[in-house]
Amino acid sequence: MEHYLSLFVRAVFIDNLALSFFLGMCTFIAISKQVKTAFSLGIAVTVVLGLSVPLNNIVFKQFLAPGALDWAGFPDTDLSFLGFIAYIGVIAGLVQVLEMFLDKYVPSLYNALGIFLPLITVNCAIFGGVAFMVERDYNLAESAVFGLGGGIGWTLAITLMAAVSEKLKYADIPAGLRGLGSRFIMVGLMGLGFMSFSGVSL
Amino acid sequence: MASAKEIKTLVFGPVFANNPIALQVLGICSALAVTTKLDKALVMGIALTLVTAFSSMFISMIRNHIPSSVRIIVQMTIIASLVIVVDQVLKAFAYNVAKELSVFVGLIITNCIVMGRAEAYAMKSPPLMSFLDGIGNGLGYTVLLLIVAFIRELFGSGTVFGVEILPLISAGGWYQPMGLLLMPPSAFFIIGLFIWVLRTFRPEQVEK
Repeated sequence: MEHYLSLFVRAVFIDNLALSFFLGMCTFIAISKQVKTAFSLGIAVTVVLGLSVPLNNIVFKQFLAPGALDWAGFPDTDLSFLGFIAYIGVIAGLVQVLEMFLDKYVPSLYNALGIFLPLITVNCAIFGGVAFMVERDYNLAESAVFGLGGGIGWTLAITLMAAVSEKLKYADIPAGLRGLGSRFIMVGLMGLGFMSFSGVSL
Repeated sequence: MASAKEIKTLVFGPVFANNPIALQVLGICSALAVTTKLDKALVMGIALTLVTAFSSMFISMIRNHIPSSVRIIVQMTIIASLVIVVDQVLKAFAYNVAKELSVFVGLIITNCIVMGRAEAYAMKSPPLMSFLDGIGNGLGYTVLLLIVAFIRELFGSGTVFGVEILPLISAGGWYQPMGLLLMPPSAFFIIGLFIWVLRTFRPEQVEK
């Protein structure tokens, strides 16, 4: 239990997907300037990340890993080179299914997330989370915890950044730095802030 | 056939005038984590340029046969196959760099530059022009990556491509390395300042 707790805290704060690995920045820097939209996007990312990481873990362990096809009578097959295509397919399929499910059963959430859901397929945070899971060789339970923690950490970072940029509207910034430039520097400063967590030993 | 001038704008336009990272806000995710060393940045830049160029070319070749409702999936499949090829080649011939780049080679799939160019240019242009457009945008990405990596490696660890330029104090020299530059946030500062410089010379890019 303690192991999973520390993995969770690590995924949320220390190995924060947005601020230590810069994943999912494209979406954020390009789109959101409001706390509300950033938070909805964060929830959507958390849901997809929390589901797609364990799902891809099953795909990897049962079909792609060296020797995984033993049950089908191919003990020597190593399909791990097909990984990328399989993961992106699973993510795209999952997003599609989730969209249909929410549309039918939870329309309020569907309306809130609406435009963000399809975008999530190409959000690097999702694919990055899956790739890290494979590289670090997590088991099913670990990958579920990692996916959920990574999503919550991403939401936290994105919401905080949106809050800062809302306030930044009133600042008088040098012309060349306005918009994109100031945003980069702001993200850098937030990254420095989050680095203070790396001293926490678990 | 395109004139020489058009080709020049296609290839060199994105390097400074219309840089994919600094102006189009594409492909930032993987751009920053691979810039602590020049060789990593160079390999990443080459890999991305090749993937963008060839995926644009292939997508452009079949652009008239793709039904628009499934085009994203078709593009994704082409891009993912190319990235697998790049990943396998890197693992075979440059294993150490591939190990250091870890997940970021795979992340080329979700790199917005590749998808962005496929969607914005290759879907409505002939194959050769799309290929050049891909090369140009890849170059713009590579140049920015190399500039950031040069600053970070030179002042962060005193080397350029692993060759010692500024002898470190720890190795008996005089240079005290700036540890901050090896940390992730410094990449953001450098790109932010780079955008500032770029926009000072090109005021038309300033945002209102």
